[in-house]
Amino acid sequence: MKFFGRFAAIRGISASFAPGRLYVILGDNGAGKSTLLRVVAGLMEPSQGSFTLLGAKRIRDVAHRVGYMGHAPLLYDELSGMENLRYFAGLYGIHDDEVGRNAMRMVGLDPELSRRVGQYSQGMRQRLSLARAVLHDPELMLLDEPFSNVDVRSAREMAAVLGRVRDQGKTIFVVTHQAALMEGVADEFVHMTAGQITAREELARNLTSTDSATGLAQ
Amino acid sequence: MTTLGVTRATLLKDLRMEWRSKDAINSMLFFALLIVVIFSFAFNPTAEESRHIAGGLIWVSFLFAAVVALNQTWARELRNQVLDAYRVSPAPPNALFLAKAFGNFLFVVILECLMTPLFVVFYELRSVGPVWQLVVVALLGTWALVVNGTFFAALSIRTRSREIMLPLILFPISIPALLGMVDATTSILTGDASPNFWIKLLAVYDIVFTMICLLLFEAVLNAE
Repeated sequence: MKFFGRFAAIRGISASFAPGRLYVILGDNGAGKSTLLRVVAGLMEPSQGSFTLLGAKRIRDVAHRVGYMGHAPLLYDELSGMENLRYFAGLYGIHDDEVGRNAMRMVGLDPELSRRVGQYSQGMRQRLSLARAVLHDPELMLLDEPFSNVDVRSAREMAAVLGRVRDQGKTIFVVTHQAALMEGVADEFVHMTAGQITAREELARNLTSTDSATGLAQ
Repeated sequence: MTTLGVTRATLLKDLRMEWRSKDAINSMLFFALLIVVIFSFAFNPTAEESRHIAGGLIWVSFLFAAVVALNQTWARELRNQVLDAYRVSPAPPNALFLAKAFGNFLFVVILECLMTPLFVVFYELRSVGPVWQLVVVALLGTWALVVNGTFFAALSIRTRSREIMLPLILFPISIPALLGMVDATTSILTGDASPNFWIKLLAVYDIVFTMICLLLFEAVLNAE
């Protein structure tokens, strides 16, 4: 349970999620998707109840195994892409610039780009934000609306990247309103309504029907 | 991922960003300069009078100017919610606090170095006591201001009127330190009394408040 004052943003969620799968969390605005992700990431404490993350009760114990991409880019506008990644890699004890360069290449950005992030387009920021989240090769990735304000082509490329990361055995949770993008990549759609998980839907990978996916998102 | 390593990386990152924007230094300098010039014209003190009032004048101007910079300490971390990226990382919370405090310390020391010649010129200041003691008082006093200022700026980042909240919390808690700074500086400038008691008081104040801030910072950082 997670309360904001008297409002219950998350209520009565009791679920377990298997590793090595890509989950897409769907629901209307205010359904509690982002709050759920923030609680799992350790940015919020649950008001009631508990959960185990990667076998640990304290999130801090497994923080190095979790990657989080927020709704905001979580990047410094005054620094270049590589300067940002270099700093965040340092927080995880990584001091090899090649790690940052690889992360940038993986999301389709040029590591040599000297422009400051403040001058990046929204799509480039989202890509760099994804690069920041995967920088330390986390086992669990929590991505809050990674495709917002991203053009369709870039979003499809990002979705494909997520599929490849999942294929390496990582567990990924994606909160999005664009379910169609994840069709064929995701393993399971998790539907949330009014702070509760109302349905879980197993998917076959590599489906191409965007129509049915759009229907699911609604 | 040691505290020292993350402190160093965060400090260097903050210095690089400040070098590019010059937000804190420029606003602090402008504010301190205004106080020095206005007070000089308003009171027009003689050299002897200056020695007696300079301690208060110097530290009040540095305190006000420091608040301008302290208010911006966490602004960069709030923009784009970058602070969340730090919070989800395994990096020690105190490393962030120490980096911010050291950064602010450096900014205020730079301000003091730039403003001291102006004080000498405008107020015809000549120290009767040993100058090295002034340096000790300046370092201890500056740390007293920035350690609490950095902490309370972090405490007020989630409040709507944080620009007002910071001085409202910081000034009362800084009174013992301010008293020590002013009296120690006046004692050294006039040579009337020994500043040793006030220097010891400042040292104890610094140690106590640094420890308290380090103990409480993780709770402040993770407060919702």
